[in-house]
Amino acid sequence: MLELRNVQTYYGNIQALKDVNMILREGEIITLIGANGAGKTTTLMSISGIVPPRSGEILFMNRPLTQLSPDAIVALGLSQVPEGRRIFPNLTVTENLDMGAFLRRDKDGIRKDLEYVFDLFPILAQRRHQPGGTLSGGEQQMLAISRALMARPRLLLMDEPSLGLAPMYVKLIFDIIRKINQENGTPIFLVEQNAHMALRVAHRGYVMENGRITLEGTADSLLHNEDVKRAYIGA
Amino acid sequence: MDYFLELFIGGLTRGSIYALIALGYTMVYGIIELINFAHGEIYMIGAFTALIVATILTMSGMSGVSVLVLAFLVAVLYSSCYGFTVEKIAYKPLRGASRLSPLISAIGMSIFLQNYVMLAQTSDFLPFPNLLPELPFMEPYAHIMGSTEFIIVTTTAVVMILLTILIKFTKIGKAMRATAQDRNMAMLVGVNVNRVISTTFIIGSALAAVGGVLIASHIGRINFYIGFIAGIKAFTAAVLGGIGSIPGAVLGSLILGWTESFATGYVSSDYEDVFAFALLVLILIFRPSGLLGRSTTQKV
Repeated sequence: MLELRNVQTYYGNIQALKDVNMILREGEIITLIGANGAGKTTTLMSISGIVPPRSGEILFMNRPLTQLSPDAIVALGLSQVPEGRRIFPNLTVTENLDMGAFLRRDKDGIRKDLEYVFDLFPILAQRRHQPGGTLSGGEQQMLAISRALMARPRLLLMDEPSLGLAPMYVKLIFDIIRKINQENGTPIFLVEQNAHMALRVAHRGYVMENGRITLEGTADSLLHNEDVKRAYIGA
Repeated sequence: MDYFLELFIGGLTRGSIYALIALGYTMVYGIIELINFAHGEIYMIGAFTALIVATILTMSGMSGVSVLVLAFLVAVLYSSCYGFTVEKIAYKPLRGASRLSPLISAIGMSIFLQNYVMLAQTSDFLPFPNLLPELPFMEPYAHIMGSTEFIIVTTTAVVMILLTILIKFTKIGKAMRATAQDRNMAMLVGVNVNRVISTTFIIGSALAAVGGVLIASHIGRINFYIGFIAGIKAFTAAVLGGIGSIPGAVLGSLILGWTESFATGYVSSDYEDVFAFALLVLILIFRPSGLLGRSTTQKV
């Protein structure tokens, strides 16, 4: 349902993505792993239109995204949990969630989804009137995931959801990722540095180095690949 | 005591007008980090529009409150169109450029609009009719607060309440706050940031036009240069309160209004600007981000 074909993205004169080809099928979790600065976040920014590619094609449900503005891309059903969570610090938890549903008009559906995310993360319900900036890192990550879910996405993009979190939150977040995928069938594009955890929830994986995809395959095969083990898992 | 109260009310009136203009500066700064130097000119254009509409309506035989209401409406609409257009022409094409470029563009727009009005109208002062009605119930208090002052202060208060409701509770208000806090993230939840920026300019311009009509009625004369002076004062007030902060702009405006009023009343009108700017310098020494400003920027 999502396809990147020969995507090349630049920051000024610096090429960040070189000929990237990826594919994500209905219902699937794929993960993009790689070192810092490999171009993982840029890949997501290119898909969501914040840093549009200079050449190549990005297709979502057979529609090209490369000419669309970020808000039009969100309207097609792509929703993002960005790197660093990016909670609106002075909006309350509820207001942050409202912003997630910004493009929706179905009041009943929004209310139902609000109950759903409060069910998923009961701590958010307790903190609903608090400004987002006062939450702990783990709570903010839950809020960022919930905000993305409030859009009722057709595809969820997640950038390093486990970064900087305490181990107990890391496990919780990965459990939730699996749950979202299994219960709603929502496909997930997961960018991670924690290759070990990511490959255990994903169906397939891609490895990126210096803006290029250097390896791809099923999650299992990557998990047991010697190069991947040495470079990203450290075993 | 009466003298004190009179000065207090005088300061409140001035402060109200400054606040109506300062809000435009601070809201625009909050969203795109630009000091919109052409904002004072929008206020001036509001006053000129009201003068033209009022003159035409009076010549065609209308009078009283209907002239006031129509002049207000047309001035607000016309100024909003100006604000919208100025952003599209002078700032939007520079969205990706360094911060200095839109600032220079704003100064250019300010000079252009002043000269445009000077050439299209006149460089002389024009008398402005007092459109605001005399309120009989204010008569016993006339030595402290006239009808005009009462109308200015209450109108401003009502406008502020409406603005607060808009920003706190409406969808576009939430989108404005979200955009001010993290523009890229706002885009990632589907906010059309260009529309939010346009809306901010329209609201700021409408507020400035309200201030323009009120003060022109109060003072009784206008020329093409009033926007520049009022703009500098309102900008000072916005910085005083903490640029980017909406309550800060109101607080800064009131403090500035009172400082000027008391300095004029107890010292000399020659010193009003000295006191106003000395206060600004003092506050910026001890609180560089203004009274209610954020001390750190959270932009990435």
